[in-house]
Amino acid sequence: MPVKELREELKEKIIEQLNLEEFSVSDIDDDAALFGDGLGLDSIDALELIVMLDKDYGIQLTDPKEGKEVFKSITVLADYIAERTNK
Amino acid sequence: MRDCYIHSVVSISAQNTFPNEDFLLDVIKYNAKKIQAVYPNYKDFISPVVTRRMQTGVKMGVVAANKALQIAKLNEPDAIITGTGMGCITDTEKFLNSIIDNDETYLTPTSFIQSTHNTVGAQIALGLKCNNYNNTYTHGSLSFESALIDAQLLLQEQGARHVLVGGIDELGTEFVDYVQMIEANKNKGIGVPFSEGATFTVLSTEKKENAIKLQDIITISEASKEELILKLEDFLALNNMDVKAIDAIILGDNGDMYDDYYEHITISLFSNASQIKYKHLSGEFHTASAFAFWLGINVLQKQHIPAEVLKNSGENKSIKTLLLYNQCKGKDHSFILLKT
Repeated sequence: MPVKELREELKEKIIEQLNLEEFSVSDIDDDAALFGDGLGLDSIDALELIVMLDKDYGIQLTDPKEGKEVFKSITVLADYIAERTNK
Repeated sequence: MRDCYIHSVVSISAQNTFPNEDFLLDVIKYNAKKIQAVYPNYKDFISPVVTRRMQTGVKMGVVAANKALQIAKLNEPDAIITGTGMGCITDTEKFLNSIIDNDETYLTPTSFIQSTHNTVGAQIALGLKCNNYNNTYTHGSLSFESALIDAQLLLQEQGARHVLVGGIDELGTEFVDYVQMIEANKNKGIGVPFSEGATFTVLSTEKKENAIKLQDIITISEASKEELILKLEDFLALNNMDVKAIDAIILGDNGDMYDDYYEHITISLFSNASQIKYKHLSGEFHTASAFAFWLGINVLQKQHIPAEVLKNSGENKSIKTLLLYNQCKGKDHSFILLKT
């Protein structure tokens, strides 16, 4: 899947999975921070995202430090998934 | 022992009960078997960031609790006590189904965290940053009554001055259908719709002008109709009353075969009192008696019984003492005594 489409797919999944009813796909900036000041996600959301990565893309995140980097933004997350699924 | 006064009561139900000024003015009549509550606009009360993990019961509970505190002009209660029959059943169903669907893998935390019965009490406390006594009772149809008894004891024994008490239940999505299937196959099963709601009240030892008094509560798990009458007479005697003191009685008739308990009590003891029923309006759920509590307080405060809930012609007299009676399947009887 092209990375651009993957980014859109991730936004849709994040909105649905995390019940972000107030947001639409267009509200989420590709490079905005997912945690903290950006989308305002928290540690419970991080767990939801880790399960989503495993279930939907077959990627297991075992290193917490890696998670901090991977979930930086939609762009980073999409690149990370593309790198591991397009091989 | 100190007296318990009711400083506020707020109910979210299948009727438009949330706005304070409206006392069953425009009753909604339902033909459906399952009816949702009339939800307030949650965004007016809780931030969407907070509500995104909350299912119906938690949202209804938090909003009703906050409004009850607001009316009572109370920032922090000394205790938060809730009662719920089914707890957060929506998240429980979601989590359990997710276990089955995913073969016990890929389990996400949110629905699990939110599925516990004490989620409503906990969310209210979190919102208020209140570290005081917090307890939840899950005793089927005596859940709200158990919470009330705990509050009454805390106030009487001087463990608290102001207590927030609530009864909450949500419809859920699946379990309720199985219960309805069972009821439908019974000879005279529950005849009113299944529903949901949240009712919160602030109880206090401070006597305010026009405050209704929570005189007493009693719960009886099992009793024959004859035993029940004796127990009720003892209960009234304990409160220095007899049956003639009861001006109105609110009954939990739900159309099933156990309605004859209500019939027996009213014919035997309360033929002269105004008889009120409500489950055709509120629907049936484990904490529907909390709706009756809201109804009773409004009847006493407004000295008016809406025609839609009046079961008999009733006498046109002032209502000073009101009795609430509820039971479930001929068990778990409860009597709540309210006074002006």
